[in-house]
Amino acid sequence: MSLLTVSNLTTRFYTREGITTAVDKVSFTVKQGEILGIVGESGSGKSVCCYSLMGLIPSPPGKIESGSALFQGQDLLKLSERELRKIRGNSVAMIFQDPMTSLTPHMTIGEQLIEAYRVHNKSTSQQAKLRAIKVLQEVGITNIEQRMNAYPHEFSGGMRQRVMIAMALITEPKLLIADEPTTALDVTVQAQILQLIKNLQISHNLGVIFITHDLAVISQLADDIVVMKNGEVVEAATANALFRSPQHPYTQSLIAAIPDSAKPKNRHAIEVNAGDEIKANAAATPLVEVKGLSKSYSLTQNTWFFSKKREFKAVDNVSFDIFKGEILGLVGESGSGKSTLGRSVIRLLDADANVLRIDNTDLQSLGADDLRRARKNLQMIFQDPFASLNPRFTVFDTLAEPLLVHGIANKNNLLQKINELLDDVGLERKHIRKYPHEFSGGQRQRIAIARALAPQPKLIIADEPVSALDVTIQAQILELLLELTQKHGLTMLFISHDLSVVRYLCDRVMVMNKGQIVEQGETEALFSSPKNSYTQQLLSAIPTLKVSA
Amino acid sequence: MLKYFFIRLLSAIPVLFLVILITFILVRLAPGGPFDQERAAPPAVLANLNKQYHLDDPVVVQFKDYLVNLLRGDFGPSFKYPTRTVTEIILTGLPPTLELGLYALLFAMFVGISTGVMAGLKPNSAQDYIPMTIAMIGICLPSFVLGPLLILGFGIGLEWFPVSGWGDSPGDKVLPAITLGAAYAAYIARLTRGGMLDVMSQDYIRTARAKGLSPARIVGLHALRGALAPVVAFAGPAAAGLLSGSFVVETIYQIPGLGRFYLQAAFNRDYTMILGTTIFFATLIILFNFISDVIQAWINPKLRQSLSK
Repeated sequence: MSLLTVSNLTTRFYTREGITTAVDKVSFTVKQGEILGIVGESGSGKSVCCYSLMGLIPSPPGKIESGSALFQGQDLLKLSERELRKIRGNSVAMIFQDPMTSLTPHMTIGEQLIEAYRVHNKSTSQQAKLRAIKVLQEVGITNIEQRMNAYPHEFSGGMRQRVMIAMALITEPKLLIADEPTTALDVTVQAQILQLIKNLQISHNLGVIFITHDLAVISQLADDIVVMKNGEVVEAATANALFRSPQHPYTQSLIAAIPDSAKPKNRHAIEVNAGDEIKANAAATPLVEVKGLSKSYSLTQNTWFFSKKREFKAVDNVSFDIFKGEILGLVGESGSGKSTLGRSVIRLLDADANVLRIDNTDLQSLGADDLRRARKNLQMIFQDPFASLNPRFTVFDTLAEPLLVHGIANKNNLLQKINELLDDVGLERKHIRKYPHEFSGGQRQRIAIARALAPQPKLIIADEPVSALDVTIQAQILELLLELTQKHGLTMLFISHDLSVVRYLCDRVMVMNKGQIVEQGETEALFSSPKNSYTQQLLSAIPTLKVSA
Repeated sequence: MLKYFFIRLLSAIPVLFLVILITFILVRLAPGGPFDQERAAPPAVLANLNKQYHLDDPVVVQFKDYLVNLLRGDFGPSFKYPTRTVTEIILTGLPPTLELGLYALLFAMFVGISTGVMAGLKPNSAQDYIPMTIAMIGICLPSFVLGPLLILGFGIGLEWFPVSGWGDSPGDKVLPAITLGAAYAAYIARLTRGGMLDVMSQDYIRTARAKGLSPARIVGLHALRGALAPVVAFAGPAAAGLLSGSFVVETIYQIPGLGRFYLQAAFNRDYTMILGTTIFFATLIILFNFISDVIQAWINPKLRQSLSK
């Protein structure tokens, strides 16, 4: 039985820069008790489409031009705001990507849940409270009486998403719209939340629209799938049919870009050609030696009267080497200490270590001036290239600075050097006078990589460099990193939460949990037969493309 | 948390000490003295006066004596009105100033927040541009221009309100309160608008809308508390500014408030009076800033938690 039938939905945005058609004649059907996956990259219109149905797009500039959306005999698009309000959060509920920012920070969880119930149901606050306790139980929150009085920031990301789900379910909706609900979560937490959504969907006989960019995630959940690109539906099919034989070239490219299915084939192809010599020499000589590195922060726990200080070990007695010319992967979930470790290695953070040597220089003994000179050889690439590039610097300025500071170029050959860097990272030379905001996410990351390469470093620390990128762009950037490390004989510490990416790129892998390295080894060996129980748990939580026969 | 606020209160002591020290030095550096008059008094009389008020002691000793008296709660006698102590003068001038400041603050808060919310809900529309333009003018217009304009319009022209006095006739407090509060209202409106714009684009507002809440509930319960954070931060200094900056308005409307005594004390080189009122106002400023900090912690649970670091 179809629960929601959307036909020919078109949404446009009228901005000063012009008219954009965000959703273009989109049609789909959600059946009662089934999960519809809407898949697409950022800007594909998948979220705007669902927000249009619920009257949640900002208007102006947004305008729904045409279409209909039949839900329980009513056309949602024809309802007034007041009528729509009776449906929102009642028979249609929503959950969102970032549970960190999606709950009102100054209201307790209990207040927000009770509010959600009482807006749509005449009840005493006591009845609403009992109802809230019941749904919180259902989503697996423990110690409920106490947690009801807690504020959102006192919950972890996964727990907050459970609270969001509880808040959505409190009015017994028929349809749940989930907009990237697990994207901001760690992989093990993601697995739990996906399982929870699946269970609730069955027990409540919910219709679900699950919006995601992640094909692997959706392949495990959805009954039907709609693939969107540039506001249009390019392919719609049952999940099985879509993954077994994708018809549209775009769908095919999306599936091909999933790093896991593209496993290590490219990596070894290049290595055979160029890497043999380097690798043979390198194996014996570590570029980076770390022994017994620890970094602690002091935390203060507060009540109204007392504050207790306690040490928090972000990195706890860690030892490893990075050999010349290799890409060493460092995986872990958020809070595992991997970024802290990455920064400590090049002394962006000061940590305690028995040995911290890079290229036979004891980094800990260097004074401020020497350290600054040594930084030439130690460069970083960050997750969010938009935030880490100076918005008021053109590409030229961004690249000229390190070249001049470190004496790589002088006034005469500056332009030539910059052009070479642009060629290296695959950016067209004509972009040289543009500012960061004029580029796409992938292009910005290329600029950031060029900046890191500019001083001709020996070691690059890449901290989640592809996490903010769409899957097809991610594949391109990984390809680029691989190519550049080979070409320049670079050594890289690659930090990521994404195991598939690490498997694709890295020679060796270290797994980090709670500040300690629990396992390290050759990539393939570690992935095929993990020894540590945490590694095993992590690996089993990776969403993989599920194609049933 | 309590510890944090206790430390904040203790830190007021060195601040006050510095204020006293600097004021003490500055008034003595300024040319002229409390007993200079158009016709110079005989030197013998002057010497006598200086002796009586211990002005012939070394400055360090004067400062020490002043501090000791201050700790006993004694601001000393006024040099200009020898029959009255500084404490008495402050206490007579304070009620009108406090009352005026209170009305002005209420006016500024009410007008500022309501127009700011209106403007922030529909940015870049007439509902935004018109009040914000008026607010800009309000900020630019000093009270010695606005006051006479209001008197001309509503006092003399329309005859709605009396043009001067304090508590003598009904409605004579309206124009002074508006004159004093206008610039603050305008500034609060701009702060509120900025806060609203910021908060209304937050994810949790989207969640609130997705829950099917009414716009009034979303603004009142979910948005306003966050949007008012900058206003609360400003309210402390504003309240202090309203009290200590009211002398222009008090002069325009002939209000017997503290601000006028303060101004006269400066002209008269009435050392003890200047020091007394300065210390009094400094204490008020510190106190209001402190209250505003407490309120900020109250509306932001996250800040509350991080405070005791």
